[in-house]
Amino acid sequence: MADFDLNRADPDFKHEVAGRPGAEKISRCYACGACSARCPIGDLNPEFDPRRLIRLVVLGLKEEVLSSPLLWFCSTCYTCQETCPEGVDFTEVLFALKNMAAEAGFFPPSMSAQVDLLRKHGRLYEVTDFENEKRRDLGLPELTEKPEHFQMILDNFQLGPETEA
Amino acid sequence: MSWALFLGCTVPVRNLNYEVSVRRTAERLGLNLKDLPDFGCCGFPLKSLDTQHALVLTARNLALAQAAGHDIVAVCSACAATLAEAEHLLAGDPRLAEKVNGELARINLTYQGGVKVRHYTRLLYEEVGLDRIRAAVTRPLTGFRFAPHYGCHYLKPSAIMDHFDSPEEPRSLAELIEALGAEAVDYPGLKDCCGGGVLGVNEDLAQGLAFAKLDQLSRLDVAGLVVICPFCNIMFEGQQKAVAKKHEVQLKVPVFFYPQLLGLALGFSPDELGFKLNRIKNKDLLKAMED
Repeated sequence: MADFDLNRADPDFKHEVAGRPGAEKISRCYACGACSARCPIGDLNPEFDPRRLIRLVVLGLKEEVLSSPLLWFCSTCYTCQETCPEGVDFTEVLFALKNMAAEAGFFPPSMSAQVDLLRKHGRLYEVTDFENEKRRDLGLPELTEKPEHFQMILDNFQLGPETEA
Repeated sequence: MSWALFLGCTVPVRNLNYEVSVRRTAERLGLNLKDLPDFGCCGFPLKSLDTQHALVLTARNLALAQAAGHDIVAVCSACAATLAEAEHLLAGDPRLAEKVNGELARINLTYQGGVKVRHYTRLLYEEVGLDRIRAAVTRPLTGFRFAPHYGCHYLKPSAIMDHFDSPEEPRSLAELIEALGAEAVDYPGLKDCCGGGVLGVNEDLAQGLAFAKLDQLSRLDVAGLVVICPFCNIMFEGQQKAVAKKHEVQLKVPVFFYPQLLGLALGFSPDELGFKLNRIKNKDLLKAMED
């Protein structure tokens, strides 16, 4: 994300983002930068800059934003959200942007791997006899899996054509 | 009163020491925890990809608890916040609730709202309370200093947590530690994130966050770090060796789940609380518990 061609900007992008649940309040941002100042990820990698991401959305740089791997660097600590004097809920804005990115096919492979696990096991970790034996040794009740529910709920869930973010 | 125990994905497979100490301490303190075998993933892992499908997965768990007639107590902070957030969203938006129920109908479930979700730590703080915990302590942890780690999703977003504790000046975990006769130390990185949320996407960032806190703690005179979330445990205990190697330092910070310390103070033996599964031992603490 270095040079931008504003002729390619999409003026509807900000409205699209603001139409997503949780991201409605993005238009309140007056760019004070409190979010960026306290972001622990930004501390380690200054390229990750919440205020800048909001500006890029407002400018309509849809492709640059949605294809950026930076979207996925958020640790969801909610510090920005708690800090924002305007109540922008930036952590939620970022969830909305990640949803849009995923629909467009931009997402890290670890994310789709988790969906596969949920479909197979209804959990992030498979439960085998090995796990249940360790549990029995400590007097803990046996675990079961209920993947049918997850398969049914996720049967109409689809990621965009995969393009690694 | 009784609560449905929501274990989530990670704890019942990777943190049996946490689970066993939650169950033992709850029973001793008169909290009746029920297992609902159909509970599954809380939905959080899907939120980044598809908020709406994630919400249905979350509501599925709320519906299961409601059908069984229980409120929920969760032991993972991400699960607790995700479940509480879903209840909050659905309570405030009848049209959204109708849509989610349309999806839940496909698996013969419905959610009418009203299931209260709390983290086990919060339940101890609010439902049992410091006085009753103090009164139940038979083996005070006098002389031991611990660093609390609140993590993020235990307190935030604060809008869905009924402001039971302040995300800016949290006290609940420190007070719970002090109720055991131990000392809770304040330190600059008290509120800092463990990095667990980004481990699957960017290991360097995740380990960078974990390192900042572990490095600070290794300079403090503490018996260990006290966590209440499996992801924080992965970062501070599971990743500690890798973090030390990457940053070319020596780190040996014991990491405990709060209910393990509570269990010790209530008189349980380290073995009954799964201390064998803690990877970085604090010999002084274990020795003191044998006497």
